[in-house]
Amino acid sequence: MFTADAVRWALLPPYYGRQLLRQIIDIGYYSLPVVGLTTLFSGMVLALQSYTGFARFSAEDTVATVVVLSVTRELGPVLAGLMVAGRIGASMAAEIGTMRVTDQIDALDTLSTRPMQYLVAPRLVAGTICLPFLVLVGDIIGVFGGYLVGIYKLGFNPGLYLARTLEYLEFSDVLLGLVKAGVFGFLIALMGCYHGYHSGRGAEGVGLATTNAVVSASILILISNYLVTAVFFGG
Amino acid sequence: MAHTPKIRMQDIHKTFGDKAVLKGVNLDIQASESVCIIGTSGCGKSVTLKCLLGLVTPDSGAIYVNGAQTVGQSRDKREEMLRQFGMTFQFGALFDSLPIWENITFRLRQRQPLTRKEARDFAADIVSQLGLDGAVVDQYPAELSGGMQKRVALARAIADKPEILLFDEPTSGLDPITGGVIDNLIVDQVKKLGATTLTISHDMNSVRRIADKVAMLHQGQIIWFGPVSEMDDTGIAEVDQFVHGNPVGPLTSGKVQ
Repeated sequence: MFTADAVRWALLPPYYGRQLLRQIIDIGYYSLPVVGLTTLFSGMVLALQSYTGFARFSAEDTVATVVVLSVTRELGPVLAGLMVAGRIGASMAAEIGTMRVTDQIDALDTLSTRPMQYLVAPRLVAGTICLPFLVLVGDIIGVFGGYLVGIYKLGFNPGLYLARTLEYLEFSDVLLGLVKAGVFGFLIALMGCYHGYHSGRGAEGVGLATTNAVVSASILILISNYLVTAVFFGG
Repeated sequence: MAHTPKIRMQDIHKTFGDKAVLKGVNLDIQASESVCIIGTSGCGKSVTLKCLLGLVTPDSGAIYVNGAQTVGQSRDKREEMLRQFGMTFQFGALFDSLPIWENITFRLRQRQPLTRKEARDFAADIVSQLGLDGAVVDQYPAELSGGMQKRVALARAIADKPEILLFDEPTSGLDPITGGVIDNLIVDQVKKLGATTLTISHDMNSVRRIADKVAMLHQGQIIWFGPVSEMDDTGIAEVDQFVHGNPVGPLTSGKVQ
């Protein structure tokens, strides 16, 4: 019911452009460092681990391919999703929850503004738009992390590593990650808004809403990750 | 012929879980009248106000504003009705993320295109009428004192020149002097707008300053409704105890205070 209402009001005018822009900056711009760091080190450790494993059956030259496919199809979207769930899901739930307990949502309503349209819709749209961009940037940084380790730690030839990176990468690999990211962004915003909107009274209620938003978004990310993958590759 | 009341609440019932909060509230408020609802904490004053605004839907009963039934009306109709209302909440409910000028002109800017400068100037003009420095409009709610927040909340409520003003505990949390100043501002602005006013308060000094009539809500019903001048001598024990602030009486018998 909440989801249907939120989606409906996201599509209908009036559109709150400033609210949307603020959310895009919050979700997209301010999440860049945390997503960048996470994917950078994930790409780096992935290169090291896969080298260790593949060296056992002389398949070291597949490291670049493994890194790029793992990052674009799985690690990029999932890690970015989980990090953003912690950062943004919590902040949305806390902000909207505080607005609920201090009557700001009722005040919006009495000022002839639909809270669903003013508060929830811009967050949903921003989440759905921003996560794919974040993941795209995260993918590049993650692959770059693998490249750094491959070249400077494992001694790969830079040209060969890049060639291997691009050789087996298909557009559908990147697309899958971006579709997942869009779904994750929607779910993170939805959980943040839902739990904030239905926050209980007092500081305890807001705290609980924040925790629930992060936990439920994280679980939904992992479940939907499997479902989207299954749909793309026919299970 | 009797005038149609500006606001009529007829046999309003509301239950939350197994707790019946309103058990048949009846109240008529005439145009330009200032009515205060008094009553002990938790007696249903805020719920009554929320029912009037459509924030809470009554289980049964009817509410008329300007003769039009408002319970169960469509969202569009409700929005139209709400344009007649201005409201201040107990704790201000100012939007934390917006500067004061945007708080004050929030509804106005949804209805008519105003440049930032026009909106800011408009807000500065209103706050100066309420005794605040115009420069305050560039600040955020968290930067203001409680009394200043109450004034800004009042400014937001009157910005759109509503026909009906609702005040939820307008002086709560304020020192007596600031409370008195807020009361005077409310009286001045209400007179200027010619608005009908419904206030919730348990500050009896405030009630005496603001109200033409007083309604006492007790156990989910209005047990007395009359002119403020008769409030001290109603002959109803519950009203007498509340108005005079007696710790002993029917309102407190058997309760831990």
